[in-house]
Amino acid sequence: MVQERILPGFQAAQVQITKAEGLCLYEDMVLGRFFEDKCAEMYYLGKMFGFVHLYNGQEAVSTGVIQAMRPGEDYVCSTYRDHVHALSAGVPAKEVMAELFGKATGCSKGRGGSMHMFSAEHRLLGGYAFVAEGIPVATGAAFQTKYRREALGDETADQVTACFFGDGAANNGQFFECLNMAALWKLPIIYVVENNKWAIGMAHERATSQPEIYKKASVFGMAGVEVDGMDVLAVRAAATEAVERARSGEGPTLIEALTYRFRGHSLADPDTLRAKAEKELWFARDPIKKFAAYLIEQNLADQEELKAIERKIQAVIDEAVKVAESSPEPDPSELHRFVFAEDE
Amino acid sequence: MAETFFFEALRAAVDEEMEHDPSVFVLGEDVGHYGGSYKVTKDLYKKYGELRVLDTPIAENSFTGMAVGAAMTGLRPIIEGMNMGFLLLAFNQIANNAGMLRYTSGGNFKIPIVIRGPGGVGKQLGAEHSQRLEAYFQAVPGLRIVACSTPYNAKGLLKSAIRDDNPVLFFEHVLLYNLKEELPAAEYLLPLNKAEVVRQGKDVTILTYSRMRHHAMQAAKILEKDGYDPEVIDLISLKPLDLETIGASVRKTHRVIVVEETMKTGGIGAELIASINDRFFDELDAPVIRLASQDIPTPYNGALERLTIVQPEQIVEAVQKMVALQV
Ligand SMILES: Cc1ncc(C[n+]2csc(CCOP(=O)(O)OP(=O)(O)O)c2C)c(N)n1
Ligand SMILES: [Mg+2]
Repeated sequence: MVQERILPGFQAAQVQITKAEGLCLYEDMVLGRFFEDKCAEMYYLGKMFGFVHLYNGQEAVSTGVIQAMRPGEDYVCSTYRDHVHALSAGVPAKEVMAELFGKATGCSKGRGGSMHMFSAEHRLLGGYAFVAEGIPVATGAAFQTKYRREALGDETADQVTACFFGDGAANNGQFFECLNMAALWKLPIIYVVENNKWAIGMAHERATSQPEIYKKASVFGMAGVEVDGMDVLAVRAAATEAVERARSGEGPTLIEALTYRFRGHSLADPDTLRAKAEKELWFARDPIKKFAAYLIEQNLADQEELKAIERKIQAVIDEAVKVAESSPEPDPSELHRFVFAEDE
Repeated sequence: MAETFFFEALRAAVDEEMEHDPSVFVLGEDVGHYGGSYKVTKDLYKKYGELRVLDTPIAENSFTGMAVGAAMTGLRPIIEGMNMGFLLLAFNQIANNAGMLRYTSGGNFKIPIVIRGPGGVGKQLGAEHSQRLEAYFQAVPGLRIVACSTPYNAKGLLKSAIRDDNPVLFFEHVLLYNLKEELPAAEYLLPLNKAEVVRQGKDVTILTYSRMRHHAMQAAKILEKDGYDPEVIDLISLKPLDLETIGASVRKTHRVIVVEETMKTGGIGAELIASINDRFFDELDAPVIRLASQDIPTPYNGALERLTIVQPEQIVEAVQKMVALQV
């Protein structure tokens, strides 16, 4: 096991959050966790197929970043590990679950599956199954905002795009090419690297000459920050600053969130490669437990309130499964629908 | 418009469409200050600014993906491939995202993108600059593939491609940019999905596209003198194929020769012949003859290069042979 990166100590006391904000962050993380746990259950029951990549352990990143943005206005771009980004962006759990069941009511009409969640309504630019291919697309959405503002004179065009990807993706050319262009043109985008230390079975240190990914921003003259990805307040604080920078036209930010996935790479992965000691070290840093303790300690919530949120979310998940189960399959006569733009 | 060069016709199409719709913009290598490697975007940045005529770094896959993202969020990008061959580096973004994303997203997003530029075998440019990517891209669902061949159709087709809500791969040809033609003064658009009957005839149907259209017409001139009467059809739309126009001709001549610049293996002709066999087999009096490029990397040497692609003499011979067949 390589030496764990010493995480920058985040002074939670520096951020003032209200009770409502705290509960909202908590609820979003619980939604992500419960949703993924239910996916695992449904997968093993044979309700969903293919490669299903769960997000357990990384919730503070999705929640911390997306909750710092404007829902339904700002853009979110994901990878194949996309269920929870979709949920944080506001796509209803039942639409994500129905997509996993391959149903016509899924957010991608049963045509996409686990790795291809899309919602124009929620400005979710998609799940992208090929490593790093979402980075250029997100960069293009950010370019679009700049274009609207500067070429079309639309002063309301101040949307920010958040682009999520993994440590493995940060060794791909598209990452470097897009950082270059985003910095060059000062695009309103936040690149969020979720460094969970592994790209399937490839340990981060074995794949890169400079493991501190955030430092790669500096050669492009871009702001780069590392953040404790197990601390939702730390992530939110970094994201808030990056969103402000982007919105005010000062350009992109690279945020490296140090995190960990609590399950195998996908549900097909028995997860035998990673060391037990490493896993335990990170399990002990569970972002949801950590934030629950913080809320209680700060008198922002009591146990009963948190339990009530968990019950509420459990009901949402149960309802999502019910909807997914009872929804119709896509109509076979519509096999070709959506290949071309003419199919609405 | 007076006598117009092919590249000027393309430029006029881009200019008119940028004027007509402010969400249309051009991006690619050297499209701005330099004016495009074949001058198709010359000086447009002066009129429209550097954001609407965006000089990109040499990062084909990433700027293509950027165009996809811009298209998904409401703009209408035109990508110039400095040479279409370079878009091999953008294969992933073109196939996975431009081509398939509308479908995988269940109709959530449209990708109104044009990817245009010079393709085909030029004059001793060497193998890498002599590619015919239409063959490689034809299998990608969701893409429309169009090849223009004259200043007139280049202009009308490019305008339609820009207005189309689908991703369109638009092939020009390196050796055609200096063709000249009188163009109509009034605005016109041409349909993307219609083949063009270039020469009406009754003996045999020659199906071709891009620069090979001109080889086929040279052959037709020679053949006419000997009393042959070939029909020449420029496919224009390589995907989907205009099987209506093709079928009407097959029903008339019952004989087909395909003339293409793609390599024989897995070329446009292969798909075309399979479609003809599927749909019009009973109409054929003879097996279709396929004249295609040799299955080799295009050699640099001029004589070898000439042997690699189909020449008018071969078309003449094929027509004579086919017409001589007793049915
Ligand atoms: C272009 C491409 N190559 C390989 C793969 C197979 N693959 C899927 S996920 C993955 C690892 C990616 O790791 P990382 O970027 O760190 O993201 P994480 O899975 O840890 O979230 C690989 C190699 C792929 N999907 N796409
Ligand atoms: Mg990883």
